[in-house]
Amino acid sequence: MSEIAEAFRTAFQLIVGFDAELGEIILLSLRVSLSAVALATLIGVPLGAAIALFRFPGRGVLTVLLNGLMGLPPVVVGLIVYLFLSRSGPLGVLNLLFSPTAMIIAQCVLVIPIIAALSRQGIEDLWREYEEQLRSLGAGPGRAILTLIYDGRFTLLTAVLAGFGRATAEVGAVMIVGGNIAHVTRVMTTAISLETLKGNLALALGLGIILIILTLGINSAAYLMKSAAQRRET
Amino acid sequence: MNGDPRILPLRLEAVSYEVRGRRLIHDVSGLFDQGTRSVILGPNGAGKSLMLRLCHGLIRPSAGRVIWCGASAGRAPRHQAMVFQRPVLLRRSTAANIDFALSLRRIGRHERRRRVAEALDMAGLARLAKVPARVLSVGEQQRLALARAWALEPEVLFLDEPTASLDPAATHAVENLIDTVNRSGTKIIMTTHDLGQARRVADEILFFDRGRLIERAATQAFFDSPESPEAEAFIEGRLW
Repeated sequence: MSEIAEAFRTAFQLIVGFDAELGEIILLSLRVSLSAVALATLIGVPLGAAIALFRFPGRGVLTVLLNGLMGLPPVVVGLIVYLFLSRSGPLGVLNLLFSPTAMIIAQCVLVIPIIAALSRQGIEDLWREYEEQLRSLGAGPGRAILTLIYDGRFTLLTAVLAGFGRATAEVGAVMIVGGNIAHVTRVMTTAISLETLKGNLALALGLGIILIILTLGINSAAYLMKSAAQRRET
Repeated sequence: MNGDPRILPLRLEAVSYEVRGRRLIHDVSGLFDQGTRSVILGPNGAGKSLMLRLCHGLIRPSAGRVIWCGASAGRAPRHQAMVFQRPVLLRRSTAANIDFALSLRRIGRHERRRRVAEALDMAGLARLAKVPARVLSVGEQQRLALARAWALEPEVLFLDEPTASLDPAATHAVENLIDTVNRSGTKIIMTTHDLGQARRVADEILFFDRGRLIERAATQAFFDSPESPEAEAFIEGRLW
C-alpha cells in the first residue's frame, strides 16, 4: 500500500516541480504520437474512404486485412520498421534508426490500419445513405469523398482518437526503433518500462499516472469539442 | 426556364431491367414531353421507383434505351434533378444544403447566394436557413429537398413518392410546391401509389403493374374509364 501512496506523492512532486527531464519526456511523447497520428490520418482517412466507395477486386480481402491489422502487435511493427531502417535495410541510407523520426514512422504504421478501418466503416454507412442523392446532384468520386469526410467528421474524430490512444499507449514499437536513449528517444512508455526494470517503481507509477491524465485530458477535450460542434450543426 | 427544351423529349425504347435473372421492368416504351406532370401510378412492387431511376440514369437498363432527344442531350444530367422518398440531407444548415447542390453545378458564389435565398423563400424555409437540416421536421426536410432540386433549375424533376412518409398537411405543402415548380416550366415525372394524389397532381397517368406499363392516359380519362382490368381493380381498391 505504501508503494502506491509513495507513487502518488512522487507523481505529484514531479508535476508540481516541473521536473525538466520529465517535461522533456512528455514533450517528446506528444511530439512523436501526435505527428504519427496526424500522418496516419492523412493516409488512413482517404484510404478508408476509397475502400468504402469503390468496388474493385480484392476489396473484401482488403477490408478483412485492414480490420485484422487493427490488432497488429507493436513489437512486430517495431521489428519490421527496424529491419527497413537498419544499416543493411532498404532505407538504411536515411540513417533514421534510433531517432524520433523512426518512432513516428513506426507508430504511424501501427495506427494507419486503425484509422483506415474505422473510417471505412463510418464512411460506408454514410455513403449508403448519400450515394443516390450525390450521384443525382452530379458529384464525381473526388467530390463525393470530400463530402463524406466532411459530413462524417464526428465519426472520423472518434477514429483518430482511437489511433491516438493506441499510439500513446504502446511501448514495443518505439522501444525497438527508438532504443529508449535518454534525452533523444525516451518517451513516457519506454521510461516507465525502464524505471520498472530498475526497480524504481514509484517513479514508474508516477509517470504512468501522468500518462493516463494526459490521455484522459486529450480525449475529454475532443469530446467537448465534438459535442459543442454537434449541438451547433448536428 | 421557359422556351426551347434543352434535353426533352425523353424517349424510352423497349426498356427492361433485371437483377440476377429476375426481370423487374418489362419492355417499357414511351415518350415524355415538355411541361406536363406525368404520374407513374401503381401498387408496391410495380417497378415505379426503378422506372424513375432508369429515366434519371441512376441505373442502366438491361435492355432497351433511354434517350434524351433535345439539343443539350449530351449534358442531360445537368438539366435533371430528383427528390427521393426519404429526403437525403447533408449534415449542414438548411441554406448550406442548397448551396452545396449549386456548387456541384459550378455556379458562381453570387448567383448561388441569390438562388439559395430564392429557393428558401419559395419553400417557406427562409427563417430556418441557418438551422441544421437534420433537425427540421420530416415535412420541412422534404420541402428543403424540393427547394434544393428547384434551385438547380432543372428541365425535368423526378420525384419518388415524395409524400409517402408525410401527414396530410405536409403532403399538401409538398404538392403545392410541386405545382409551383411545374408552373415555372419544369417537367414533372413522379411516382405515387396514392390515388388521391394522382388525381390532384397528374396531367397524365402511367399505370404500372408488376414491371409493365399497363396503360397510359390523361388523368380524367384514366379515372373515368380505365381500359385495363388491373387499373380498374386498383382504382376500386380491390385486392387481387
